[in-house]
Amino acid sequence: MLVPVLGAIALLLASALAAVVLARSDRAALGVGTVGCVAACLIGGGASLGALLRGDADTEWRARWSPPVGELHAGLDALSAFFLLCVFVVSGLAAVYGAGYLRAYFGRRPVAPAVAWFGVLVAAMAALLVARDGVLFLVAWEAMTIASFFLVTFEHEREEVRAAGMTYLVASQLGVVFLFVLFAVLSRGGASWDFDAMGPSSRALASVCFGLAVVGFGTKAGFWPLHVWLPEAHPAAPSHVSALMSGVMIKMGIYGLLRTLSMLGGPDATWGGILVAVGGVSAIAGVLHAVAQRDLKRRLAFSSVENVGIVAMAIGLGVIAKAHGHASVAMLAVSGGLLHVLNHGLFKGLLFQGAGAVLHATGTRDMDALGGLSRRMPFTAAMFLVGAVAICGLPPLNGFVGEWLVYVASFRAASSMTGASAVGAVILVPMLALAGGLAVACFVGAYGVVFLGEPRTSAAERAHEAPAAMRAAMALGALACIAIGIWPAGVLRVVGPAARQLVGADAASVETAMPYGVTRVALVLVLLVLALAFVRGRLLRGRAVRTATTWGCGYAAPSPRMQYTASSFGAPLLEPFVPAVPIHETQTGPTGLFPLDARHEERVGDLAGDRLFLPAFRGLVRAFSRAHVLQAGRVHVYLAYVLVTLVVLLAWQLRGTP
Amino acid sequence: MSPAMLAVHVGMLVLVPPLLLGVIGRVKAWFAGRKGPPLLQPTFDILRLLRKGAVYSKTTTWVFRAGPTVALAATLAAGLLTPLASSSSPLGFAGDVVAFAYLLALARFFTMAAALDTGSSFEGMGASREAAFSALAEPALFSSLVIICVPAGSASFEAAWRALPWASWGSAHPSYLAAAIALFIVLLAENSRIPVDDPNTHLELTMVHEVMVLDHSGPDFAFILYGSAVKLFVLAGLLVHLLLPIPPDGGWQAVLLFLGGQVGIAVVVGIVESSMARLRLQRVPQFLVGASVIAAIGLAAMFYRGLR
Repeated sequence: MLVPVLGAIALLLASALAAVVLARSDRAALGVGTVGCVAACLIGGGASLGALLRGDADTEWRARWSPPVGELHAGLDALSAFFLLCVFVVSGLAAVYGAGYLRAYFGRRPVAPAVAWFGVLVAAMAALLVARDGVLFLVAWEAMTIASFFLVTFEHEREEVRAAGMTYLVASQLGVVFLFVLFAVLSRGGASWDFDAMGPSSRALASVCFGLAVVGFGTKAGFWPLHVWLPEAHPAAPSHVSALMSGVMIKMGIYGLLRTLSMLGGPDATWGGILVAVGGVSAIAGVLHAVAQRDLKRRLAFSSVENVGIVAMAIGLGVIAKAHGHASVAMLAVSGGLLHVLNHGLFKGLLFQGAGAVLHATGTRDMDALGGLSRRMPFTAAMFLVGAVAICGLPPLNGFVGEWLVYVASFRAASSMTGASAVGAVILVPMLALAGGLAVACFVGAYGVVFLGEPRTSAAERAHEAPAAMRAAMALGALACIAIGIWPAGVLRVVGPAARQLVGADAASVETAMPYGVTRVALVLVLLVLALAFVRGRLLRGRAVRTATTWGCGYAAPSPRMQYTASSFGAPLLEPFVPAVPIHETQTGPTGLFPLDARHEERVGDLAGDRLFLPAFRGLVRAFSRAHVLQAGRVHVYLAYVLVTLVVLLAWQLRGTP
Repeated sequence: MSPAMLAVHVGMLVLVPPLLLGVIGRVKAWFAGRKGPPLLQPTFDILRLLRKGAVYSKTTTWVFRAGPTVALAATLAAGLLTPLASSSSPLGFAGDVVAFAYLLALARFFTMAAALDTGSSFEGMGASREAAFSALAEPALFSSLVIICVPAGSASFEAAWRALPWASWGSAHPSYLAAAIALFIVLLAENSRIPVDDPNTHLELTMVHEVMVLDHSGPDFAFILYGSAVKLFVLAGLLVHLLLPIPPDGGWQAVLLFLGGQVGIAVVVGIVESSMARLRLQRVPQFLVGASVIAAIGLAAMFYRGLR
């Protein structure tokens, strides 16, 4: 089943090229790019889904041509097929959405670059998922970074977009350095770049490799504190690209980590503990910062840090359980983690698309300038609500199923393990619970402030519903969220093979009775809602149902500006966490007998950025500025450098000769 | 689950919750030296509200109307997941513990969304506080659930209640005591009771839960009152199972013991409400984190036992 996937990659690149050729006409470029991308996603997604369901994923392909280093070696196994499915589903939806979203740029700027780089980005992700050669993998990895860089800087005339792009590029390149070292170690100093032959030469080196993978792939995945680029880059990109980046691109880091783990041989329980800790910190810090954001897309980006953290915790628990030989617990945990990868792609894609529709309709991402959009764009509001309920992990939607599997795994680990590993496995539960509770606060706040209440500005008042293509993409995403939530047994058949490949061949699949329990609860819940709605309708029929203004506790002239804002909604939540989420306040109080001006300003900092990376980079700049003395700007000084270097080299070469 | 047990389960779930509110009211009245309203007063209130019309703010959308319905449905579904007067429940399955907690979170989600739909700053304030407090209560709830589930080795209420080792409750399982304390604090917080919130306060600025539902009226408000009674009932049900040896296979003794336990918890809640003032709002997070710490100590004690 590899051939259709390779065909899809070729189709993506061809449609990207066609978009460039047709760049003169925005309409033609967007059309050909969208059709090519959707067709490729249908072919590739269908092929990977088929491979997972039939269980015949393992196929390989080697080109009869080898570039100087490495070779063109592609392969498909259950793990690749599962991630390919995520990439193709989310990319297909994002492409449909983009067909509507990019229309707003017609005549204002050429859209062909966005269309072409979008195709390259999807192709690069698919290529790195099928790469079975270290060099090929890294080439695809870099292509992914470059394509997404150009997408992030699409609106490059804006200063903050350029800054975000630069941060993204630097962070990606710093991360990839760790991957170069990782692959060099795994290839045993370049002996073989083939994935089949790669592996550490000792246990100690395996741990080093794990550390390198956590930092290198963790930078792409957005583990705290390596996430600093993520909340800058994701909001800056056009919304369908944000959906793609947050939905699947950061999961390439998770894939890389899993692929590396499978090359390292039997895992160490300590690695699992590290992943649980890193994931727990990412989850809680991510969602706390999300609550603190006023910018809707920035809030969603920080929430991606949270969700990647949940995936990392699940994988960590799987590693601990596998190291101790508890295959069934590992199976539950890894299934939960992988399912969360797919789920997050779906609901984060949906939420970013909803945020894009809001931006499209009002021109602002500042939640405190929005409000009351539910009346003006009811469809988008309903879709955003589905995404919000799903991302909080609430039944009967898909987010619940993934988190539920992880919880069940952890509950079982609590009684079957002892010692430090059990602590590592169980500490996951309160961390996940806290992150879940904070996520509810984060997304009720986002949904409520943006879509409910009264519009806070005239821009929000004039909002309009999103165009059909955007609505269609959101509807499909929401349907997938509902379907997985109500019928988890179905999606577990897709996740199962990939999880089994990671845990080991002897692992039993998740008990079949369990997901049906979730189905039953979901159906009873839906029935209860319908029954109570019916009762309520019957009771109210024929009775006096009046409309009035909102009760303002007797105040007669309320204004929309008096509503709770996103900032005020999050304030009591952040108060207990202030040291972790630094809030910088500046205040100029009223002065004098007739004060004219008073202002209060709050800026939410990021501990990792403010305290770790900013000082580190400042130090680096200072250190390099010392080297400025060498750069005298006079040619004869540079000639002297050349002479000195030559003499030193000669002396070094001639040492030892009589 | 046999049809008879199903009938008992559903019957108790539907009929008993408002009575507990009546018991709490009577206890508080007794402490205050009053005669107090009849035990059935909350039931009468709910029935009266069901017979009324409704007033809706013109700001609100369908979310406001759906909020109480979804919240009540989710709470009732949680009640169908947790065992009452036996160890089994109509919808129980392996992993129902997690579904139970998340159904309560779903109820909260829609209550808060409905509050924000009114566009009132008071209701926004209530939703914001509710969000903050319930997020902080979540780790305590889940840690207690882990403690309860460890002996059974499964995230299922039925297995947990069957495996609870009664013989060694006091001596060998201080963890259960920690879980019980943490669960009781969660119960007070989740049901907006003193010392977290005062259900009888009359100043909107100091309210948490009550201010979120200011604009609801008629059947919607009846759903809200009834839903909060059901929530108190199902959370108290966990405590009853933890503290009393309910016969796992049901029977009239189980029903009597369970109802006795429920009344007991309602009395304790009434005593707490009568003997304490509510905490300052800034103190509430400390109180809830304290519950999480107690539960964490319980967990640690459990693993100390395992390490032995």
